[in-house]
Parts: sequence; C-alpha cells; structure tokens
Amino acid sequence: MVKDLSIELCGIKLANPVVPASGTFGFGLELADSFNLNILGGISLKGTTLEPRYGNPTPRVAECHDGMINSVGLQNPGIDALVSQKVPALRKVYDGCIIANISGFSIDEYRTCCAKADACEGIDIIEVNISCPNVHNGGMAFGTSPDAAADVTRAVKSVCKNKPVFIKLSPNVTDIVAIARACEDAGADGLTLVNTFLGMRIDIKQRKPVIANTMGGYSGRAVFPVALRMVYQVAHACKIPVMGCGGVASAEDVIEMMMAGATAVQVGAENLRNPFACPEIIEALPDKLEDLNIESIKDIIKVV
Amino acid sequence: MKKQSYTIAENRLVATKTYKLVLEGEGLVDGEFVNLEIPGFYLRRPISVCDAEEGRITLYYKTVGKGTAFLADLPEGSKIGVLTGLGRGFDADACKEEALLVAGGLGAAPLYLLAKKLKAQGKKVNVVLGFNKADEIVLVDEYKALCDSFELATLDGSAGIKGFVTDAISAMKPNYDFFYTCGPMVMMRAVCGALEGSGEASLEERMGCGAGFCYCCSIHTAAGTKRVCKDGPVFKKEDIIW
Repeated sequence: MVKDLSIELCGIKLANPVVPASGTFGFGLELADSFNLNILGGISLKGTTLEPRYGNPTPRVAECHDGMINSVGLQNPGIDALVSQKVPALRKVYDGCIIANISGFSIDEYRTCCAKADACEGIDIIEVNISCPNVHNGGMAFGTSPDAAADVTRAVKSVCKNKPVFIKLSPNVTDIVAIARACEDAGADGLTLVNTFLGMRIDIKQRKPVIANTMGGYSGRAVFPVALRMVYQVAHACKIPVMGCGGVASAEDVIEMMMAGATAVQVGAENLRNPFACPEIIEALPDKLEDLNIESIKDIIKVV
Repeated sequence: MKKQSYTIAENRLVATKTYKLVLEGEGLVDGEFVNLEIPGFYLRRPISVCDAEEGRITLYYKTVGKGTAFLADLPEGSKIGVLTGLGRGFDADACKEEALLVAGGLGAAPLYLLAKKLKAQGKKVNVVLGFNKADEIVLVDEYKALCDSFELATLDGSAGIKGFVTDAISAMKPNYDFFYTCGPMVMMRAVCGALEGSGEASLEERMGCGAGFCYCCSIHTAAGTKRVCKDGPVFKKEDIIW
C-alpha cells in the first residue's frame, strides 16, 4: 500500500520526515557514492562558522554503551566555502531540502553567517546551532540561557529574509521549555532538538580522558528517551514546528518522535555506526505505518 | 562503500593476542580496510585488509579491548556485518622497479596485500618485519614465499636480528626506489626519518564512521587537513607531520 510520507516544514515540502543530523553526514556529497541521496527528506549539513576551522585535537571520539562521545569541534571550511562550493556541489545531485547548520562565537558571527546562508540559492532552511558542547566561548554558551538564545534568534532573524530559521537547542539545561519559548518569542520559525549531551570517558589504564578535549557530546540510542521527553515538552509548549533529534535508530523511533510532537526527525549518531541508517529507516516506514493503520505520516504529529 | 554480510570461515589465535580472521561472502573487496560490526558494541572496528580474493577476505587483529575480545569469541559460521570499500591504500604504481616494505607488528597485515600487488606487477620486493617478541610473529612464511629478500627483527632478540626494524634495514642494505611502511607511529616516524627517498606510511587514528563523513579522525598534514579514514590511511612521507 502506498503511504504518504511527506511532511511540511514552514511551507517547505519534504518527501519524508527523515533528515540526517548535522555533523553526522558531512556536507552530503561524502555519501553520494554509497546511496541515492534523493531518498532523504532533507540533509542537515555539517556545522559551519565564519572562518575555516580544523576543530579539536584527536582523539575526538569515544565509544559508550549504546552511544558515543564526539568532540570534533566544528571542523568546517567556513561559510564562504559552504555557500560557494559545498552547497552548489550537493545541489547538482540532491533535489531535497538542504539545511545549513550555522555556528558562531559571537552574535555578530551568527548574523554574518546566517545572512550569507540566507542569500545562498541552494539552501532551504537555516538551522542555528546554539548548542555545540565542543567549543569554548561559543556554541552552547548561547543555548543555555533564555536571554542569550533570544538575542541570537533576534539577530539572525533580522538578516534572514528568505529562509526559515530553526534554532537547534541544547539538552544541557535545567528547563529546555523556557529556552524554546524564548526563541519562539524572538521570532524563530522552528526548533531542532536536541544536540548532544555533555559527557566524558576515562581510559582507566592510562588514567586520562579518552577524548583529547576531556569532554564531548554524548549521543546515540541511549539518549532517545530523554530527547523524546524534551521534544514532547517543547512541542506542547510552542506553536512553531520541531525537528526531533536524539538517539533515533529505527522507523519506530521516527514514529515515536513524531507522536511526541516532531514534524521532521533527524538521525544522528546512528549514521556513524550504520551509514545506510537513513535509507533503511525510510524504506521501513511504509510497512510500519501499515501495521499501525496510518495512511499519512503527518496525521501522527503530536497525537500524544 | 558497501554494506555486506560475511560468514566467519576462520577465527583463530595465531600469535600472542593476535587472531587471523577469514571472512567469506560475495565479490572482491577493494579498499584498505573494512569496518566490522561487533554485536553489542556501538561503533564498528576498522581492520586492515591483509588479503582479498574473490569471495574471501583475510584480516589480522589484536585483542586490545572488549570489542576485539568479543570478536575473538565469535565462532566459525557466524555472520558478521562488514562495510567494505573503505580507505585509500598504498600506491603500488609509485614504485618503479624495487620496493622496500617495513612493517611493525600487525602492520605486516596490510603490507602483505601490497606485496602481492607489487609482485603481480613484476617488481622486486624487499621486506623487513619487526615484532616485540618471537611469540608475536605473524605472516613470516607468507612473506618469505612471496618476496625477494626478507629480514626479521625482534626487540628482545628472541627471533631474527635483535633490535628495531631500522637495525634490520641497516643489516639488509636493500635497494629500493620507493618504500612503504605500516606499524606503530613511533616506528614509522623512525623509518621515514632514516630512509632516503620517497615513501608512504599508513597512519592510525581513532575513527567514528570510517567512511569520511564524521570528521572524527582528521589530522594536519603538509597538504592540509585530511581524514585518516578517507583521504588515508596511507599518506606520502612528505605530507606527514609527526
């Protein structure tokens, strides 16, 4: 039976709700030889800053139970290379929704990068990362206070005239609803949640942290219930659409996230253990919907 | 990159903490390493390809943690998920006539596939293998059957020349127009420092995806930032910043 998997985010139609999360899918083209990218509802590109960045020292990854810690630290070629090279190159092979993920170390940097992304023809949605746990004096610092989150939102909204702006939230906060509401009130068009959880591992033989930067962002299947709870809370407190993210690894997880209130669902760490996770999940969705007597996937958004 | 299912045909202890793993499946695997799915472990384990024939891959691995210990317990006949077609390997064409291959420990595994390629191209192959102790030695018979000259070194002198691979190279005085090395970083650094001329070394870094899209294993090189899993693991000597 043909099922309708399509959803809409701020007027932009996605063939299905499945989007690889920022940082877990490069700039898209890295996987173009492995499967047909056009299967994907959207692609959230790797986090981009004003200047090119190498990121943090290695090791940048540590395995955990049902998850992993990463501390890549926003390695990227800079916003100019993103809009002039990465996005046009991806556009040649991908027709779906391209989401540019923007990070910064100051409100000015966020504003400048978002203005450039807003002017880039190939980009459909701008996702503003105020939740990266892997850089100092930036990223998460803006995402852990409602006032700072609102300041960034207002600044980027003042320059984004063409494209919807989603703010990507950190789970490392006392009250994610307060921050979500602050972003909505400041004009955000949507919210992505959650980014990774600040975590750490120690090599007990060497008596030192596994990650060179000591701490990193924990993600993977283990965080799914916590992420789901936050999506549920935020989706029920705000009117703007939510992209749910955190531990999603199966078609059932996608359905659960949408029932909690997500309009689209991002798949993150699972891509690292299974680069074919997104196409496999999308392929499995129609049968799951059939099992549950669901005709159109939109119908399940926030039913719980 | 392809996602495939293989069957374990052999998984046997061949030296101290060292296992030979033979996998059977479909097709001829290309790429420098495969990424194995270990049941119950979140990330895959990247392992260099030692030999690849139609429908068959041979790998060597050491039990260094819980994941590889679990792998060692998998019985023959078990299915195992494998990502294939990963990594940029040694450039056999960089050698004109005569090659020097220098391996430390399990670095002997990926260099074996290269040695076969070089011999198939009609080139002379000189091999130096180094191990800590005699009970860690692998692949010596295979190399002896294949290469034109061979030297072995162990750190404690329990087999071959006592000392480092660089000592064995001094003893061998091999001719070569290009060298290849794989082993611990300190050994490769010493080899690249001691040997004249151009060569390649296979670097190691903790990987996330193993396929070039998570950027966890990025390193600085003289040719810019590179991903060990995708742009490497093999890099030109001149490009490596030790």
